[in-house]
Amino acid sequence: MTAVLFQQVSRHFGAVRAVDSVDLAIAEGEFFAMLGPSGSGKTTCLRLMAGFEQPTGGHIEIFGETAEGVPPYRRNVNTVFQDYALFPHLSILENVAYGLMVKGVAKAERLKAAEEALAMVKLPGYGTRRPGQLSGGQRQRVALARALVNRPRVLLLDEPLGALDLKLREQMQEELKSLQKSLGITFVFVTHDQGEALSMADRIAVFSDGKIQQLGTPEDVYKRPKTRFVADFVGSSNVLPPDFVEGLGFGKHYASLRPEAIDLGDGPGRKQFSGRVTAASFLGAANRVTVEANGARVAAMLSASISVPAQGETITLSFLPQDLHMMDGTQ
Amino acid sequence: MRSDKNTSAPLGLKIAAGLGLAFLHLPILLIFLYAFTTEEKSYQFPPPGYTFKWFAAAWNRPDVWEAMGLSVRVASISTVVALVLGTLCAAAVSRTKFFGREAVSLLVILPIALPGIITGIALRSAFSFAEIPFSFWTIVLGHATFCVVVVYNNAVARFRRISGSLVEASADLGADSFQTFRYIILPNIGTALLAGGMLAFALSFDEVIVSTFTAGQQSTLPIWMLEELIRPRQRPVTNVVAMIVVLVTFLPILGAYYLTRDGDQVAGGGK
Repeated sequence: MTAVLFQQVSRHFGAVRAVDSVDLAIAEGEFFAMLGPSGSGKTTCLRLMAGFEQPTGGHIEIFGETAEGVPPYRRNVNTVFQDYALFPHLSILENVAYGLMVKGVAKAERLKAAEEALAMVKLPGYGTRRPGQLSGGQRQRVALARALVNRPRVLLLDEPLGALDLKLREQMQEELKSLQKSLGITFVFVTHDQGEALSMADRIAVFSDGKIQQLGTPEDVYKRPKTRFVADFVGSSNVLPPDFVEGLGFGKHYASLRPEAIDLGDGPGRKQFSGRVTAASFLGAANRVTVEANGARVAAMLSASISVPAQGETITLSFLPQDLHMMDGTQ
Repeated sequence: MRSDKNTSAPLGLKIAAGLGLAFLHLPILLIFLYAFTTEEKSYQFPPPGYTFKWFAAAWNRPDVWEAMGLSVRVASISTVVALVLGTLCAAAVSRTKFFGREAVSLLVILPIALPGIITGIALRSAFSFAEIPFSFWTIVLGHATFCVVVVYNNAVARFRRISGSLVEASADLGADSFQTFRYIILPNIGTALLAGGMLAFALSFDEVIVSTFTAGQQSTLPIWMLEELIRPRQRPVTNVVAMIVVLVTFLPILGAYYLTRDGDQVAGGGK
């Protein structure tokens, strides 16, 4: 079943098209990432799902029910906010039980459910503290418990790991992923961190200028970027200009080529080109070499068994034709 | 007061500070002292004798009760009006963006920056222009002009520290607007409103200038005191009443100070 459906959804703020004719369908139980730089419309899409924004055009459905005009408090959707938005005047337990409290669940019952939710996010016994007494990582878990205790059908996460340090972020990535699997709830999360999106999501929508540039599995988006923007933003792929691609015997299009797909020398069935080395560095497992070839800058990961080429040296590089991916547009 | 022995101030400075404080507060002590004097007509120092009879005298003067009653009622109603209007205005200014927001903010604060005499004259002309007779309500209106400012200032500072996402989080968790106000906004601005309300009450209770222009023939407590000083009957009674005014206004201000001092742990903790 489709959990969230967007049909030609737009949200314009005056002349600014924050979200512009977006179509997407998120399946039930999916871990869905909306990836993009700030101002790309991904957070506005999340807010449209939560009900904090209303579309200026198009149609939204959540589990088959029309969502336009339905206020946030009548949606079976909960949000983990970027700044966590814990209520500072309530204890942790009261924070978690808040959603049940406003729905009129009896006190004993809601406190028990809140305790269980806290245990689920590995914070048992923290109920009597105040949000101000917890660390950033702990507050994040409380925010998660506060949302999950309501048993939402869709959980929205707005840059949930943005404020955490690297180590904590990696740990939370794994925990979120396993939590999502065990609960079976649809997770929709917004991030500007491509690594986070690639490692966690079942599918990724890459946003730019209010539009979805590409929607696909992490592997699709990473290996077969459809547009220059996706190639630039998601991977460390080389974006080859149309003239360069044409010169190698392909059509006149932009194309992407991952640095790992390039080797030194030539071989049977391989496409080769030569370039002058502008930068070279030893990375341990590989040498990262940047060459200038026919006006294009190309980065290549070369085997470390060959010594690092000198700067200014002209070297021959090659790749297999199937590793080159044509993209939309010739501009 | 804490002083560190190593960084003790020079003696001259200490004396100067002491004299400054004495200059500020000795006259108030003298007011208290002459509430107990046996000499009725003049301020003789030291007082020839001490007595509690002026407290009884004040208690038995109907004009004191009348003035006090009027002042308490005016201060209470002005405070309630200020609480409602000040909170609504603070909410509008801090939670939404609209054309002329800064101008509204300035206009609300203006009455407390303007000299009271200007507010007084303006209101008096307005009342006579609109042919509104002086009454209890004209005094309340006059006082509300500056009481609103105090409540607004307290509330707006607190509103700004409530992160906007708290309100959204509450809605997200299933609370309608009323529940969000009741469970999230009110607890976070409660102490600020209480402090603002107490200050407003204290300000209204001892206000003279605006009252003079808007009271007509009625006497609030401060106006009564002014009249008593000009035409004294039992001079120490005025001092007794002055003591009461000090208590009634000083305690709320002290309370307001303590309430807003620790405001940081109440608001803005969501970050």
